[in-house]
Amino acid sequence: MIAIVDYGMGNIASVKNMLRHLGCTDVQLTADPEVIRVSDKIVFPGVGAFDHGMENLKKTGVINALHSAVFDQKKPLLGICLGMQLLTKGSEEGILPGLGWISAYTRKFRNHESLKVPHMGWNYVRVTNPNHLLKKEKRYKFYFVHSYYVKCEDKSNQLATCNYGLPFDCAIQQDNIYGVQFHPEKSHQYGFELFKGFLSL
Amino acid sequence: MTVLKRIMPCLLYNGKNLVKTVNFKRTNYIGDPINAVKIYNDKQVDELVLLDITATKENRKPNFQKIEKIASECFMPFAYGGGVSTLEDFRTLYNLGVEKVIVNNLLRSDPSIVRKASERFGAQSIVASVDVKSNLFGKLRPFAYAGKKIKQSLEAYIEAIERLNIGEILLYSVDRDGTYQGFDTKLVRSVASITNLPLVVTGGAGSIEDIKEVLYKLDVNAAALGSMAVYQKKGMGVLIGFPDRRKVIQDEYI
Repeated sequence: MIAIVDYGMGNIASVKNMLRHLGCTDVQLTADPEVIRVSDKIVFPGVGAFDHGMENLKKTGVINALHSAVFDQKKPLLGICLGMQLLTKGSEEGILPGLGWISAYTRKFRNHESLKVPHMGWNYVRVTNPNHLLKKEKRYKFYFVHSYYVKCEDKSNQLATCNYGLPFDCAIQQDNIYGVQFHPEKSHQYGFELFKGFLSL
Repeated sequence: MTVLKRIMPCLLYNGKNLVKTVNFKRTNYIGDPINAVKIYNDKQVDELVLLDITATKENRKPNFQKIEKIASECFMPFAYGGGVSTLEDFRTLYNLGVEKVIVNNLLRSDPSIVRKASERFGAQSIVASVDVKSNLFGKLRPFAYAGKKIKQSLEAYIEAIERLNIGEILLYSVDRDGTYQGFDTKLVRSVASITNLPLVVTGGAGSIEDIKEVLYKLDVNAAALGSMAVYQKKGMGVLIGFPDRRKVIQDEYI
């Protein structure tokens, strides 16, 4: 069973739709620690402000269950967009600390002449560290919507980069914990491939 | 680098089925939107635009049930317009999986709602749809297909829209709609000279060359295809399809 963490941060139905499309019959939108505990894999999506996301995570009381699923049970987890950013130590968007499960920090796009924030649209993704989700020999493109970006402190956590005025880390990993800044659920064939890789873990 | 150029279908719809027009008239039945969306997934289109062209005319809400079904099959960004009149409509649509809400009549019937939606949901998730038609003297004028009439000049209308803080403009040429004569480059140039907002241009695409012209010669961000996405070719029957992206997008290396 795939658990999609439902903590009230944006539309998560599209993730479920894509997993269903790929043949996952048992997908649950949940904030129930018990469901997280018995799940096989966890998708951690989210759209919105960093502190609001952390507050909602705390309110739903799901953090301990996620922590133990990821660190004790070693379940694969995929953070998407805000979900990825919450895996970092913190963000220039807020004052609350992040989960800090990947040694990275979330920063704001500074005003760059002619480049609009948010970074919204399709962009190329360069795989720097081939992995189950993104293969080296392929040139990917994905759909992005974000005003903050992630920078890893340790290059070994970087899976792929994207360039929008500056290069940033759009896919990151620490052991069984993965994060992507883009929206695979809205990136048709490229998203299908990425999710297939995640499901194969 | 900036974001990539986009090509997408611009689908017209009557709240139930897909239709296609010529010059915003002569509405022809096309078919079921769900099947079409499945084909566009395979064709890897960059986005999907769906316009309910009868909602405002019939004074009804968007068909939320149908939109939810379409969104559940749409694995690319989804932009919907038609019958959006309240802040609650915006919220419902985003929750159903719509990325961008397109407004047209609301821009003039109640612009304060557009402004509030922009504050609440972000300018990037709102698209202003502007229909343009030349008058008897050949002058390009903003055209109200439904709802409140527009008295302003095209320039004044675009400037007023810009003040509402929206993300992009869907620029639709009524004169070229369904004609396969190519985009109205005079219209595109004149609007691009008024505003810096990203433009999605539609109306008139008949060939790959037409699309390349607006994307590369006129440096427009996105082109939307009507007839080319639903017919075999001019004067022929319905065939849901889409041009091969690699033939259009020059910097594509996939």
